[in-house]
Amino acid sequence: MHDLVVIDPVTRIEGHAKITIRLDDDGKVEDTRFHVTEFRGFEEFCKGRPVWEMPSLTARTCGICPVSHLLASAKTGDAVMGVQIPANGERLRRIANMGQIIQSHALSFFHLSSPDFLLGFDSDPATRNVFGLMEAEPELARRGIRLRGFGQSVIEAIAGRKVHSPGIVPGGIAHPMSEETRAELLDGLTEANETATMAVELFTKMLDGFEREVRAFGAFPSFFLALSNGEGTWEHYDGHLKVIDAEGAIVADDVPVSDYRTLVGEASNVDSYLKSPYFKPAVGDDTDVREGMYRVGPLARVNMAASMGSPAADEAQADFLERAEGVATSSFFYHYARLIEILACTEQMRTLLEDDHVLDTMVRASGGVNHRRAVGASEAPRGTLFHEYHVDPNGILENVNMIIATGQNNLAMNATVHQIAQEWIDGPEIPEGILNRVEAGIRAFDPCLSCSTHALGQMPLVVTLVDGSGETVCERIRG
Amino acid sequence: MRERRATVDVSFDGVEYEAYADESVMDASRRLGIGIPSLCYLEGLSVWGGCRMCVVQIAEDHRLRPACATPVAPDMEIHTDTPQLRAHRKAITELLFAEGNHVCAVCVVNGNCELQDVAVDTGMDHVRFDYQSPQREIDASHPKYIFDPNRCIVCTRCVRVCHEIEGAHVWDVAYRGSEAVLVTGMNQPWGTVDSCTWCGKCVAVCPTGALAYQGRAVGEMQHQTDIVIRLAMARNKGEWIDPAELEEMR
Repeated sequence: MHDLVVIDPVTRIEGHAKITIRLDDDGKVEDTRFHVTEFRGFEEFCKGRPVWEMPSLTARTCGICPVSHLLASAKTGDAVMGVQIPANGERLRRIANMGQIIQSHALSFFHLSSPDFLLGFDSDPATRNVFGLMEAEPELARRGIRLRGFGQSVIEAIAGRKVHSPGIVPGGIAHPMSEETRAELLDGLTEANETATMAVELFTKMLDGFEREVRAFGAFPSFFLALSNGEGTWEHYDGHLKVIDAEGAIVADDVPVSDYRTLVGEASNVDSYLKSPYFKPAVGDDTDVREGMYRVGPLARVNMAASMGSPAADEAQADFLERAEGVATSSFFYHYARLIEILACTEQMRTLLEDDHVLDTMVRASGGVNHRRAVGASEAPRGTLFHEYHVDPNGILENVNMIIATGQNNLAMNATVHQIAQEWIDGPEIPEGILNRVEAGIRAFDPCLSCSTHALGQMPLVVTLVDGSGETVCERIRG
Repeated sequence: MRERRATVDVSFDGVEYEAYADESVMDASRRLGIGIPSLCYLEGLSVWGGCRMCVVQIAEDHRLRPACATPVAPDMEIHTDTPQLRAHRKAITELLFAEGNHVCAVCVVNGNCELQDVAVDTGMDHVRFDYQSPQREIDASHPKYIFDPNRCIVCTRCVRVCHEIEGAHVWDVAYRGSEAVLVTGMNQPWGTVDSCTWCGKCVAVCPTGALAYQGRAVGEMQHQTDIVIRLAMARNKGEWIDPAELEEMR
């Protein structure tokens, strides 16, 4: 008799998903699956639309990280025109992306994940959320909410609106920045930087208490992929593709984003709407795609960067790499990497804003349709995001492909669920706290399932435990 | 000496006014500052009366009449804002939205759109009819302009302005009823129509996002209806024809 545990819906993530855990006759974990249960189909309905409309259309993929889609799409638009955008257009886009990284990472850490760390994985699920956090740690919760608010206000200041902003366009940015806006953002940066510093300190203090989680929350070797600039410093907007292995050895470098298909293959799954991208060079005809498992996002970026590019973030990164003893292979370190990135954003945004060139009014290049195929990539909070467009000579979309960061972590998320289930589950009776750990393993990736399947909805998840005959013996549903 | 235009007494929503005997209910209302919503009507162009947004009620028979195509008459009692009219205008707006693909959030004229304004004014918060979701091909063949027929409400402002003001007659309506679509030239790509002078008046007067400049992103298109009205009115009045009158104006 086999048992099957189903967690459905998985909570405190961005999207709809469920987890199935199959137990063998001895009640040991035999197999686990992470299913994404939503479907959208952006790639279909974008066909026939003009390329100028694509940033706003594809931004609707997500309400959490629309800036990432705006950037990837606008950059693809730049490539369709074949223009180099004005320096200040790029500067403002970078600032907007930093605002995006700050707000999305703050949401992941303070609103979604910190209740587990601060209230405990086994605490009462009724209060193990941002409201429980407000009661237990009101100042921290307030700061977290304000930090996210600051990130949103950066996006609004540059792109015109907090969510689905119209101001990031093919060719650059729609409107230059005013002196008043710059002053307001610089003013808000002070507290944002304090909160980021405080969060890094808090997390490093807590880390020693999570020894088992660090060991079992998706701790395994994998490749890491991210954008990389010429200096090898932390990059979030532009550059080439770089891939390292679990030892930190470079296995691909200086690959133009337009050649992403030489690195990334996509496998379809029968039980999930989420595809499984894999690192192509590592997978032969007879090899399991899991051999090409790679991770993207904060963990990949912080692992890969020769330096973060600003003093406090550099210090935090050094500490991170020391604790990880080289390349961090535990997915639990995603949280850590996220906080370091917030810190880097608050430092580097100040440098960009204090440069008077940020007020330059030349922020947009113009041009017609000069290329039939174009690829644009940006580093979304969750990892590298690719948009590929094929257009007719008038700029009307003939074909669209989007590879979303969360999708690229799919193989690793499955492996994480499996590892956590094996570590904690022993027999069909599963305490709620253990199921929460399974969910938290997914949460470490901060997956955005709406994006990754390009589907509407909130973020609940279901875990089901089924026996060998396929009968469900235990089901946890939250959301 | 110019002859004085004849006037008639009319009332709009119970208030008495003097209207010129040779003007339409719409023209009188515009001159008197009474707001009647409209879409296909444009000052200076011929009257089309196709959108039916400007329907008013006349006291004698309570029939719904388009204000743009109804001449004033002595002692006419005109009602512009009754529950029945509001319901009709709202339904017309819903039908227009159901007929095309009017997704404001990703439209080039979001925030600067007459159809959107009408939807707000009529209080349209949802559409009760099935969306037709047409899949009409965008014409982006013109070097300067782009035509998205999915956003076209067939108001024919572009047809009329091109024929009556520019004299090029690039635009026309093909097919009938709900199949009616705007075509350029002999139903060919706009960019291949030799008679198009690239003047852009059609783009300037479009009340929706159907006609726009190439390269404009969402919300970036501003139509310039007022310039065309000015041109049309000036032409109709012959303002630039009579040098003596021009001198007098100066």
